[in-house]
Amino acid sequence: MFTQTAHNVQNYKIEGRWRILFLVMTALLILPVLIILTLLIVRGGPAISWEFLTAFPIKGMTAGGVFPALLGTIYLVSLALVFSVPLGIAAAIYLSEYAPDNVMTRIINLAIINLAGVPSIVHALFGLGAFVIFMEFGTSILAASLTLAIMTLPVVIVATKESLQSVPQAFREACWSMGATRWQTIRRIVLPNAVSGILTGVILEVSRTAGETAPIMFTGAAFFLPFLPESVFDQTMALSLHLFVVATQVPNVPHDLPYGVALLLVAIVLLMNALSIGFRVRLRNKKKW
Amino acid sequence: MKETNQKASGAPPVLEINDLSIAYSGKTILRNATFDVQNNEIFGIIGPSGSGKTSFLKAVNRMDQLTPGMTTTGSIHFHGYDTATWRNLYSLRKRIGVVFPLPTGLPLSVYENVAFAPRISGVRQKVELDQIVEKCLRRAALWDEVKDRLTSLGSLLSGGQQQRLTIARALSQDPDLLMLDEFSIAVDPVTTMRIEDVLKQLKSEISIILVTNLVQQAERLADRTAFFLNGEVVEVGQTEDMFNGRAKDVRTTDYVEGRFG
Repeated sequence: MFTQTAHNVQNYKIEGRWRILFLVMTALLILPVLIILTLLIVRGGPAISWEFLTAFPIKGMTAGGVFPALLGTIYLVSLALVFSVPLGIAAAIYLSEYAPDNVMTRIINLAIINLAGVPSIVHALFGLGAFVIFMEFGTSILAASLTLAIMTLPVVIVATKESLQSVPQAFREACWSMGATRWQTIRRIVLPNAVSGILTGVILEVSRTAGETAPIMFTGAAFFLPFLPESVFDQTMALSLHLFVVATQVPNVPHDLPYGVALLLVAIVLLMNALSIGFRVRLRNKKKW
Repeated sequence: MKETNQKASGAPPVLEINDLSIAYSGKTILRNATFDVQNNEIFGIIGPSGSGKTSFLKAVNRMDQLTPGMTTTGSIHFHGYDTATWRNLYSLRKRIGVVFPLPTGLPLSVYENVAFAPRISGVRQKVELDQIVEKCLRRAALWDEVKDRLTSLGSLLSGGQQQRLTIARALSQDPDLLMLDEFSIAVDPVTTMRIEDVLKQLKSEISIILVTNLVQQAERLADRTAFFLNGEVVEVGQTEDMFNGRAKDVRTTDYVEGRFG
């Protein structure tokens, strides 16, 4: 016959309390997300319409749609990706697969971590100085995209490096022992098996890029433009800056308009995150070891 | 450095190890090893773990170059050529097949696992690849079991099949020297016997270094055997002598008779 000691009973009670504590903490974490989303959907939902997505702002931005801002955000994000993805992946491949473990490599790794920690307003000023003024791109899509690219580069590098390093070392050694060069090993074995992590990093970058305001404010995003940009040297509107503008800078904006813009921005980011999760799940199911 | 050997054939032995020492970040793992591995022999290496057997294999195919902190002194001649001055190490490694203790099927199909080495050497013709894959799988005694599922993942095979797959893969490089590192660790006894039969047949075509911690395996297969102990090559001799109490060093006799280790 089993009888519980007082100690058993006490342990059991304490265990229960800890469990509840952790559960409450986790619930608190979800709360802000839920509140924000509910608020945005309830108050911004009515503003979303086909016209909202496809029309220009009218009447001093108090009515009409957000089409130029939406398009501008897509331009900025796409061009930023064009610069940062190849560069970030190449750098990650070097750091993970080629770089010897020495002081130089450690300094580079440290620099990448620090780059990720630089406030976005500092990136903005850097972009202003480097691209707008020094390289004479002017305030343009090009300058803003380059600024965004530099700001989000660490995300791509770190995500790519981590997914490369998650490929077992035994695979590399098996390839090397067959006389494969490092590049042959990377191309045929390492990269194909790291692709899901790299994609996640890229998509995370997209969502971060889409939401940034400070870096594009000085480098390429405009308060209001009555026309669409025609080249990368034109300015553009962008959703994030547009939200800031209609929420704080323009008088007599109907209440649901800023909520609508915010909802659209959040929807883009969440859509990207959902895509990223979808990719991960699909690729993980195809995982080969 | 003398590049030929006194043997009647006149061809240099496949490996000449001269005063080889191996260290990791300054810590010596193998000291002053000197011996030869002859053409078309199975050369056994026995010894307890940590005695430098695996490090020795890594030094032979110059994996020290890819292993942080690993350094070697002394010399290794492969077919009479000093591997330290071998410029294109990839071509050296292609001539030396390696089988690791745990089967490491690459995350590819059975077919692609075996076609990997030919592909990276520039073989593109499907017909030629098919021939190589079939030949190597047959030589590794695996063809009959996998011929109907060449496109399924190599990692879905059983442990014993995967180990034979890695042998087929090592053979697909068309090596002169095959190095097996405790291949039977993750393999059942029946498969072990099948692989041992394969090795006996292969001996007529290539040289084999068999690192094993099963002394009976060395006794069954090896023509000559080296006994490594704590980084020292205690002795190299005819396998028969070692197992019949005619070992030169008493530690060898103790080890093969299971009195320590």
